[in-house]
Amino acid sequence: MIVRILEDGQYKVDKPTAKKLDALDAKLGKALDKADEAAFAKALAGLVKTVHSSGKKLEPSVITPSDLAIPAATSTLAEVRELLNSETIKVKRKKG
Amino acid sequence: MSVLKRLSSVVQAKANKALDRVEDPRDTLDLSYEKQLEQLQQVRKGVADVATARKRIELQAEQLQASANKLQDQARSALAQNREDLAREALTRRAAIATQLEQLKTQHDQLVAQEDKLVQTTQQLQARVEAFRTQKETLKASYTAAQAQTKIGEAVSGISESMSDTGMAMQRAQDKIAQMQARAGAVDELLASGALTDLTGSSDPIQAELDKASQSGQVDAELAQLKGQLAAASPAGVLGTAEKPEAEAPEEDKVVDAEPVVESPEDAAKTPDPFTIEDKEGES
Repeated sequence: MIVRILEDGQYKVDKPTAKKLDALDAKLGKALDKADEAAFAKALAGLVKTVHSSGKKLEPSVITPSDLAIPAATSTLAEVRELLNSETIKVKRKKG
Repeated sequence: MSVLKRLSSVVQAKANKALDRVEDPRDTLDLSYEKQLEQLQQVRKGVADVATARKRIELQAEQLQASANKLQDQARSALAQNREDLAREALTRRAAIATQLEQLKTQHDQLVAQEDKLVQTTQQLQARVEAFRTQKETLKASYTAAQAQTKIGEAVSGISESMSDTGMAMQRAQDKIAQMQARAGAVDELLASGALTDLTGSSDPIQAELDKASQSGQVDAELAQLKGQLAAASPAGVLGTAEKPEAEAPEEDKVVDAEPVVESPEDAAKTPDPFTIEDKEGES
């Protein structure tokens, strides 16, 4: 599976790692819903760390889309929310 | 739905908007390539902008540091003149500047990190654009094969994803610069309004007060010296003229005669210079 850490690059991760990422993904989602900054920061740091330690960085010359995108390590909760909201606008636009 | 999957589709969708309108995938490849080149230029410009902002912050930090040092000196000389009130005032201002300086340093560090990241991004983008250029021609040549279409789609969405990632990184850097420029502007205003000490010292109340104090101290000291000279000279003169006008010292006689008219003003004109030095040495 290909994962992109925004502002960092793309990584190839194996299945066990992908499972770990799933769990952290769920935590990140909960933190976003509750606007829990501390939990958000913890989940994000966990995601970045997992990918850095278990993933294999792709060469810049490899051109392929990613399955998952992890926010930039320095992102704030508000920034990620805004990013996700920009998607809703896009979906509405496409429907209309 | 998973946050990371949603995020991934957001990132891919961002740059696809422009590319979606093109019907022929081969045109998409060309358009995508053009967009990449455009973006590469923008990122290069972004790097230059961040560097400019960083230099400005560095300049301000230098200015603030100089102000802080000056206030420290002022506090010291105020204390030497027994003006604790002035020393306190100077140190209070210095503390305010130190806070500003601390914040500037934090921002500066962030800016440097941002700059490094953008430089890296530029290099990565450069490599990717280069790779895409080669792939694009191969894909176009084999376009007729159904498989190639999928590949084109994949290459284009891959590259558009990198592009929008780069675009977002740029946006974040620019936001940060805007914040810092706002702060830099505020510090400039503070410096201009004299709330932080002006380096020229002309409109510096603490320095003015200190100057006044040291001037009046100097005047006092000169007065004391003059008094001392007069006290030393007049008894000798009075005695000299009254008792032995010519026998003892004809030279001294001339001096005594001349003293009120010639030597005294000359003396007064000379005293400030050596006196200032003595004064300062005594106090510091």
